[in-house]
Amino acid sequence: MHHYFVEFSYLFASVFFIVGLKSLSHPDTARRGMHLAEIGMLLAIIGTLLHKEIVSYEWILVGLVVGGAIGGVLAQRVAMTALPQLTALSHGFGALAATLVGIAEYARHGAQIEKPQMIAIGIEVLLGALTTTGSIVAAAKLQELMRGSPITFKGQNYVNLGILSVSLGAVVFLVFSPGAAFAFYLMLALSLVFGLMLVLPIAAADMPVVMSLLNAYAGLAATATGFAINNNVLIIAGTLNGFSGFILSVLMCRAMNRSITNVIFGAFGSAAGPATAGASGEAREINIEDAATQLAYARQVVFVPGYGMATAQAQHVVRELASVLEERGVTVKYAIHPVAGRMPGHMNVLLAEADVPYSQLFELEQINSDFPNTDVAVVIGANDVVNPDARDNPGSPIAGMPILDVDRARSVIVLKRGKGKGFAGIENPLFVKQNTGMLYGDAKGTLGKLISAVMQA
Amino acid sequence: MNSLMSGLYVFALSAFLGYLVISRVPPLLHTPLMSATNAISGISLVGSLVTAGGNHGVLSTVLGVTAVICATINVVGGFWITERMLKFFRRKEAPPAKGKE
Repeated sequence: MHHYFVEFSYLFASVFFIVGLKSLSHPDTARRGMHLAEIGMLLAIIGTLLHKEIVSYEWILVGLVVGGAIGGVLAQRVAMTALPQLTALSHGFGALAATLVGIAEYARHGAQIEKPQMIAIGIEVLLGALTTTGSIVAAAKLQELMRGSPITFKGQNYVNLGILSVSLGAVVFLVFSPGAAFAFYLMLALSLVFGLMLVLPIAAADMPVVMSLLNAYAGLAATATGFAINNNVLIIAGTLNGFSGFILSVLMCRAMNRSITNVIFGAFGSAAGPATAGASGEAREINIEDAATQLAYARQVVFVPGYGMATAQAQHVVRELASVLEERGVTVKYAIHPVAGRMPGHMNVLLAEADVPYSQLFELEQINSDFPNTDVAVVIGANDVVNPDARDNPGSPIAGMPILDVDRARSVIVLKRGKGKGFAGIENPLFVKQNTGMLYGDAKGTLGKLISAVMQA
Repeated sequence: MNSLMSGLYVFALSAFLGYLVISRVPPLLHTPLMSATNAISGISLVGSLVTAGGNHGVLSTVLGVTAVICATINVVGGFWITERMLKFFRRKEAPPAKGKE
């Protein structure tokens, strides 16, 4: 009887997870679906607690309470601009849990583990360990606890491949001689190192891809755990997560016109691209009053946010400026590039937090045809995603990357922190175009001044 | 062998289903998607619970309880942040700001 209850709780959990993810296809149904997924999770946990193998509950309860409290506090207090860091950490915790379970399984059964189960435990620990350390490095880079630029050395790719092949070799060895504990712990140690090595050479701007990959690995570690302990709900949930992560990685790579191998092994920023021809000329600085006049008498204004908007915490001021403009009858839209920000969809969440209705948020394909009808495009802390060289100059290091065609708007205002080049030191011809005006300084302050200037216009 | 095969069936079908379901999620919701799938895969908590409560010796219990803490952070944190994000998304202005004159 008990047994059936446990199995059915898992079955319902699996169905609820799938329905929950399906509901994410529309923002109006998303919350209800997530509630279902939460109920599914609760059912699975209650079901497991009734499992006949579980005989003592004190420590479990301590673990659940401590973990729940930490998770709740982290999620409640984190600022939306710091979402990528939190998500990276969360991946790390999930992966660490899978790793520890794998170690416990191995320590307990050791030499008696059969071949299929050893493969599962091996993959579980390998993926779990590399995701744990990889996520910690990613979080540290995002939180700016360490420098965001790629950390590289000579022969790095060979060293990494070496580490990975030795770990994989250890897994194969274990399958045939499961009693070889040294091979297991060597594999564990090398996987932890490999996680570090994998993320250290990745530049902060490539984080959307890395976040998606870590998401996928964390999921597949859970899948492997499912195989190791013969549990289907783990296989289902882990695989859904794994595939979601891979799909996002592919979308992010496509949005940068790069391959996954290029992101991981390429260390983009270190190979400074050749200075681009055609990017010569002087950027024209304009004053707040001129910019405000352009905005106030426009029919349509499109805001193009980049990671600079997040670092300046400027999303709320952007929204205020938009409201002031809308009151004057200006149509306001927002153009979101898939890799703007540090994780997929980051800009959408920030703007939604600032009360921008999602009907005003447009994807690249939807908005590009609309730029010629746009009077003013306002670029806030974005650079490479609006660089016309990616479209027009085949010699550019970012050639072929899909961009937002802001240069086709009647006029462009660029809010930029300083006069320096953007990430990867690529010149941006947009800044020296005739119809582009630059406003240097902190985006939040500049936008505040623009609001009062527009109100007086 | 039997459970391995049925596990592989489940894996293959979930992969296919995952592809279908997730490719329909709009970029608008990619961040909540990532945190939601992350929370859901925190279901490995189930494995941690069995390890922690199985009385298989001190090492197993210590590893298990630590795993329970980590997995619970993953689950609770993941769902909580997803919930916080999804609350932001609305179709129109919250209250109709001011009636048009």
